[in-house]
Amino acid sequence: MSKLIWRRLALGLLTLWLISLVVFAAVLALPGDAATAILGKEATPDRVAALRDQLHLEDSVVSQYLQWIGGVLSGSFGTSAATQQPVSELLADRVGNTLFLVFVASIVAIPLSIALGVWMAMRRDRPVDHVASTVTLVLAALPEFVIGIGLVLLFATSVFQWFPAVSLLPPGEQAWEHPEVVVLPAATLILAVTPYISRIMRGSTIEVLESEYVTMARLKGLPERTVIWRHAVPNAIVPAIQVAALQLAWMAGGVVVVEYVFSYPGIGAALVDAVANRDMPVVQTVTMLAAAVYVVMNLIADIATIMVTPKLRTAAR
Amino acid sequence: MSDQTIDTAVDIGLEAAVEPVGPGAVLQRRPWLGILRDAVRIGRTRVGLGIVTVVVAVAVFGPLVAPHTPTEFIAAPNTGPSSDAIFGADALGRDVFSRFLHGGLSVLWMSAAATLIGVGTGVGIGLVAAYSRNWLDDVLMRGSDVVLAFPQIILALLAVSAIGPKLWLIVLVVAVGHAPRVARVMRGAALEVVERDFVKAAEAVGEKRSRIVFGELLPNVTSPLLVELGLRMTYSIGLIAAVSFLGFGLQPPTADWGLMINENRLSITVQAWSVLLPVLAIGLLTVGTNLITDGIARAAIGIGRKAER
Repeated sequence: MSKLIWRRLALGLLTLWLISLVVFAAVLALPGDAATAILGKEATPDRVAALRDQLHLEDSVVSQYLQWIGGVLSGSFGTSAATQQPVSELLADRVGNTLFLVFVASIVAIPLSIALGVWMAMRRDRPVDHVASTVTLVLAALPEFVIGIGLVLLFATSVFQWFPAVSLLPPGEQAWEHPEVVVLPAATLILAVTPYISRIMRGSTIEVLESEYVTMARLKGLPERTVIWRHAVPNAIVPAIQVAALQLAWMAGGVVVVEYVFSYPGIGAALVDAVANRDMPVVQTVTMLAAAVYVVMNLIADIATIMVTPKLRTAAR
Repeated sequence: MSDQTIDTAVDIGLEAAVEPVGPGAVLQRRPWLGILRDAVRIGRTRVGLGIVTVVVAVAVFGPLVAPHTPTEFIAAPNTGPSSDAIFGADALGRDVFSRFLHGGLSVLWMSAAATLIGVGTGVGIGLVAAYSRNWLDDVLMRGSDVVLAFPQIILALLAVSAIGPKLWLIVLVVAVGHAPRVARVMRGAALEVVERDFVKAAEAVGEKRSRIVFGELLPNVTSPLLVELGLRMTYSIGLIAAVSFLGFGLQPPTADWGLMINENRLSITVQAWSVLLPVLAIGLLTVGTNLITDGIARAAIGIGRKAER
């Protein structure tokens, strides 16, 4: 088992390193002089020189990369070109808000979609299953900003006015002190990921319910509840773990659009501002974070899969 | 385990969609035509086709019938519907209906281009990787992992921040995001075909490698290919509309559905139409393409089952 896990860890690290090269290359891709491209043509020579110095543009490309990656690894992500604030300070409060949003969304979405998938599988081919499958197909197709704006129209403006349309926070306060601002953004993320996880869960539960050991358990006279939750679900959940991890990783991108829809003060909305201002240090930090989240989530999913699959658990021990 | 492709809206086992062409089986000349024909018989596909036809018709013929030009000032900002402007005026006093009719074409051609480039590249990479199965396979798949680690919208934003809001760049970066995802599916489907006797026969006769990959492998993986086309189209529309919505696609004063939502979202309480129309159109379009994709996936599996019996 440990051999498989070490292999996964090594591959994860390799991927992270390659990602850092791509993110770093973004600055090299800036047209013309990077500092002028970031600051605009009206920038004073002093500021351009200061930024050139700060981005180490006078050094060779290799040493630029080493300085940047060294900073990232030691937690110093540079200075925002737009606000002159250290990036870590700029993002500190926002990281918490984004994590809280993703946490609320996943803590609801994962159990909900697993239960929904099992429920659909138990009613396979009945009318409710067809309705649920059509609804999930429609939701899976909708881009997240369409869902978000739909929720704003329904619950914040025209029909009901239960929640704020924009998630504004008083300065210095965090999202968990004002739960009402999280409801609609979280609901958007939940509606966006639930269809995927529940459809996979439905499929794998159906497969398991047709297996011989489930028939055996039924023939032994076990109550249906025990058959489902003790025998079927633990086996059916493996593909769902993979999809759930991928969906959590997807949220790293999904939050960007959702936060922008609701003006939610997280790192996603900060990324959109940074792209508009060509604030490369902030862009690089947020993209690096998002990609790292993706790699780590996949790693966790792989390790969890190895743990819950008896064949893999005992293989290569 | 990570070889599993799971980021699909249609989660029917795609391995089942590879037509079994055993020894003695009659190879259909155009298997994809059969799948499409079967798909059209499914109710969902028809609903999807209907929806997509309507939205495409609006986008293509809309500019011809629009009562005003998209940039003309016709009323006070955010005025409600009137006889002159049936859906009212937007935040800058322009006709919402005319801007809506003019604004669909860009998202359509950009998504179609991104889908074709992305799926084409992905199919090439996937089939070559499956056929070579040596260091080239490793390099291609490891490279795919790097692109896969970026959520597609983040990759698009990274590219835009470096190079600027250029339309070709957005098409290209969405395509680059699709390619490895398509490559994984196609590689998985082609791995089974590579083992079959007719590939070995072609090798024995001394066929060129390119001829084997595109002449022997490609015709046998058309069902996952069709599903991928539909799926990537759905995602392309969502991504390209999202980039526009964030303000990095077409630039004002152009009429574009994504941009319209961005421009008018703050006045949503006063004038909902200028947001509602483009949101509905984009939503309907993605739902339509996904219904078609689901129909194709079902038809592909149906064909597989028939041949098994």
